[in-house]
Parts: sequence; structure tokens; C-alpha cells
Amino acid sequence: MQERAFGFRTRALHAGTPPDGETGARALPLHLSTAFVFDSTEHAAELFALRTYGNIYTRIGNPTVSAFEEKLASLEGGLGAVATASGLSAQLITILSVARSGDHVVAAANLYGGTVTQFSVTLERMGIEATFTPPGDLDAFRAAIRENTRAGFVETIGNPNGSVADIAALAEIAHAAGVPLIVDNTFATPYLCRPIEHGADVVVHSATKFIGGHGTVMGGAIVESGKFPWGAGRHALLSTPSPGYHGLNFAETFGEYAFLQRARVEVLRDVGASISPMNAWLLVQGLETLAVRMPQHVANARAVASFLRDREEVAWVSYADLPDSPDRALAAKYLPLGAGAVFTFGLRGGREAGRAFIEALELWSHLANVGDAKSLVIHPASTTHQQLTDEQLRAGGVGPEMVRLSVGLEDVDDLIWDLERGLAAAQLAGEVPA
Amino acid sequence: MILTLPSERRALLDRSRTVAMVGASANHSRPSYFVFSYLRTKGKLDVSPINPAIAEIDGVHAYPSLAAYTAERGAPPDIVDVFRKPDDAPQVVREAIAAGAKAVWFQYGVINDEAIRLADDAGLDVVVDRCIKVESARFDGGLAIGGMNTGVLTAKRRLR
Repeated sequence: MQERAFGFRTRALHAGTPPDGETGARALPLHLSTAFVFDSTEHAAELFALRTYGNIYTRIGNPTVSAFEEKLASLEGGLGAVATASGLSAQLITILSVARSGDHVVAAANLYGGTVTQFSVTLERMGIEATFTPPGDLDAFRAAIRENTRAGFVETIGNPNGSVADIAALAEIAHAAGVPLIVDNTFATPYLCRPIEHGADVVVHSATKFIGGHGTVMGGAIVESGKFPWGAGRHALLSTPSPGYHGLNFAETFGEYAFLQRARVEVLRDVGASISPMNAWLLVQGLETLAVRMPQHVANARAVASFLRDREEVAWVSYADLPDSPDRALAAKYLPLGAGAVFTFGLRGGREAGRAFIEALELWSHLANVGDAKSLVIHPASTTHQQLTDEQLRAGGVGPEMVRLSVGLEDVDDLIWDLERGLAAAQLAGEVPA
Repeated sequence: MILTLPSERRALLDRSRTVAMVGASANHSRPSYFVFSYLRTKGKLDVSPINPAIAEIDGVHAYPSLAAYTAERGAPPDIVDVFRKPDDAPQVVREAIAAGAKAVWFQYGVINDEAIRLADDAGLDVVVDRCIKVESARFDGGLAIGGMNTGVLTAKRRLR
């Protein structure tokens, strides 16, 4: 019998979601049940001791959730996945699976602001220190790795500035030091980039974005390659006896599954940031059409970026698909089908121009999210960052003139029509040079 | 024959009924106990410990050697599952061949080129650096419950 390597679209539809064995239901059943009965006391004991597989309690696992996990793991080319309540909880559970108080992580900067805060405030309070290195500076990344470093972290496409990570180079540096590389692949999705194919060890997602695709539900996921040597000695949490499981050594007992097992049965279990089966069900519907939606997101984003680049009112456009982007070569390597649909541009005229631009838009939704089927826009200087001075904004890499777009699936002519109205209003705001 | 494809491992598990586990431990924190307990409680494979130091595990009779297994049962095991250090593997394979086993399964990390070649040359089916529990669970739905990528794609209904 020949093995067939099924394509991305086929796996998006079939991986993790065979017909239901009990009922024959072709669509994925939604199992809204908090708990699952045991066959016997012995069965229960085997389950709790991790010696057999089965459903116990939805905080740890659920059949609808596991279908989402397997589908995403298949699309990313991973060994398996653990779904979580959100992207931030996926990151937290990933870090807590490999690091503890006294440990250290290295993050390539230009990360999502929420991630920076999670690392520099919440994890710091828990005793896990983070070093942020400049984007693209491989030497700084290498130099920041210490004896107690347990992971490197980077975003495939940086939020919001759209920079592209050199995943293979970062992975090589991390591996040379015995450290795994974690990649947040939210903006690319596995359709545009599969970090594990480039050497990444763990991929995290905010599934709330393009995976769900419709701006309906929160969710996150951790996918792991199964290739990192967790038992080599640098990650004591995985290679020494766990008091939570009567001295169980995850690396020795579960081999390549050690990380995913510990992430689920110790960290997800104890943190409790579980995804609702309802949300997982909707995310499965989203994944089924990911390969249909992403090319249209990219096509619309390219058209919008090209339009903006040629306008007098626009000072700059930061989108790695543009020919003059400093990230063009990295985008060609890691994102051959397109650099996603989220990017930033700068309005001549600064903060007031940005405010006028946003308020003049009719179709673009003014909100703090990305990856919806609908086009989204935010001007950080007049909203999320409005308490900061222009100087403080620039220091944080978010200029007063910066607008972030998440380009949706509307008719692109209508999107551009609306942007023209916004640009006209920005010019009238009075700060635009003639 | 060295079985590298998932479908080959599935076919081996489907056609096998008995497993002799060399190096099975009664210590509940040992990996071999996890695998033994899983196979025993799933009930699809008749699993026996091979360990001269113990009489039984969880009520299942332990045989002192593979030769004793075949002699007492009147039939060899379909699969010899090896939980021993790699250096011990060639001797286990010689005993498996002598006992009439049809397949030898080397667990995670039990990698020894001589042992693989001995088993392959003797016409046994060989699985290397895989876990018989994980591979069983890949095809019976257990791995899928854990969110693992089983690689199993089908539009046919199967009771798990």
C-alpha cells in the first residue's frame, strides 16, 4: 500500500474530522459536555495516571477540541497540538511548559504589544526574565542566549510593523545553544508559512484571527514538531520526575510526545485557560476554508498597499510584499504566497490626520482586532496609545502617524473607494503639507 | 522486513494477537509499565511480560524468557516488544528468532544496527524507534483524543 501525502486543502477538510464513529455524522459533532463517564474504576485510574487515552474533563480535553487540534497540527506539519482559550494563553502555557522561576527567554523585538507586556510584566513577576533583541539582529539574538535560557520567541510576521522573521537562521542559532524556537504564526497562518518546515520547534497561534476568520470567537493553539530533544538536560521540567504525577519523567515516558503531554496534563490543566468546545467547533469551520480565504486576503492587501504607496498623503507603507520593502527577500523565502493581510502605513500630518482618516471611513471597521473577513483599521495614537506623547510613541515603534490595516474580503474597489475618502479627510485636517 | 510506513505498522498490529514484552517492569513510573498497562487494558492484544525477576504484573503471568513463553503456550508471540538497552538488543533478537516470533518491535531509543539486521535477515517484521502504545493509539483513535496528528484521513465511518 502506498502512502499518500495529502495536500493542504484536503487536510484542511479531512484531518482530525473523520465521520463520527458512533453516529456517522459527516460534520464534526459539537460535544458540549464538561465531563465524560468512565468505563470502570480501573479505566478511570488508567486515565488519571496517563496510561491510557480518553476524555476526562473538558478543561484538559474534549472530542470537539481535539478535532480542531489535530486539524491545525496537520496543517502546520506538527506532531500534535494543544488548544487554549486565546493566543496569549497559548503563549503562557508554552512558556510555562519549558521555563520556571529563575529561567530566561529571548524574544526578537517588534512583537505584539500584548506579548511584550505578558513577557515583561506578568512573566517577570513570576520570575521568568525576557530579553528583547532588535528585529533582524541575529548576532544580538545569539548573544542574548544564556545558561538559563529555555526558549527563543519570534513572530513570523511582526505585529504591527510587518517585519518578517528569519526563522531558519533563528532556529539554527537557538539549536546550537540547545534552545527551542517558538514562532507565533498568527499573521501568516499555516497556509502562508509553516515555521516547523523551517526549523521552528513550537508554533503558537491566536486562532481568533485568520483561523477563525470571521471575528466570532476567541481561541489559541500550541503546535509542536516532536523533534526537539527535550530530554537532553536543559529542560528539567520535562526531563526530571514531576511531583504532579508521582515522579513521572515526561521525556523518558512519552518520548517525542513529552512537550505536548506536559503542556496539556500539567500546564493547561493547572492554568485552566481551556477553549470552549463551541469555539473549537467554529474554528474548525474556519480552518476548512482557510486556503480559500487567505489568497483573497493577500490579493486585496497587495492592491490596498500598492494604492497607498502611490498616494501623496501617505508617507510610508510597511508591507513585506512591496518590491522596495526591506523585508522583501525574507518574505520571498518564508511567505512565497504573500506576506499576509495586516500591515501599517504612515499618514503625513501625524496624529490629527490619523484621527480624521479613521473617522471618515465608512466600510473599514474601527476596532482592536485583525484577521476578520471584514476589513479593520486602528490608529494607535488616537486610541490604544492616546495617553502617550509623540516622542513616547516613536520610542515604542508606533509613530503618531501610524495606521494599522487588516485587509478583509470585500470588493477591493470598495475598500479603496473608502480609503480615498479617508485620505481626503486626513488632508483637510490641516496638517498635511501641500 | 523493516516497516517504515504507517500503513505497514497498522497492518502488523491488525494481524497480530499476542505480544511478549521483554523488559516489562512492574514499577508504575517506568515507561514499559505505561505501555504494558495500556495494551492489557485495551484488550485487543494479549500482552505478556518477559522478565525472569518477576512472577506477574497486574495479575498477568510473566515468563522468564521468550523460549519459556513459546514452550508454555505452545505457540510463539506474534510480536516481541523490546524495552532493553540497545546493547542488549542483538541477544533479544536471537532469542526471538529461536522462539519463533514473527515480528520484533524496538521501542523509543532501542536502536541497534546489528539487532535490526539480524531480525530482518531472519525474515521477521521489524519496527524501530517507535512505541507500540503510540502506534496502536494512532489507529484506534487514542492519539486523536489527545490532539495528536495521526496522519489518518478518511471519509469512511470507523468505530473507535
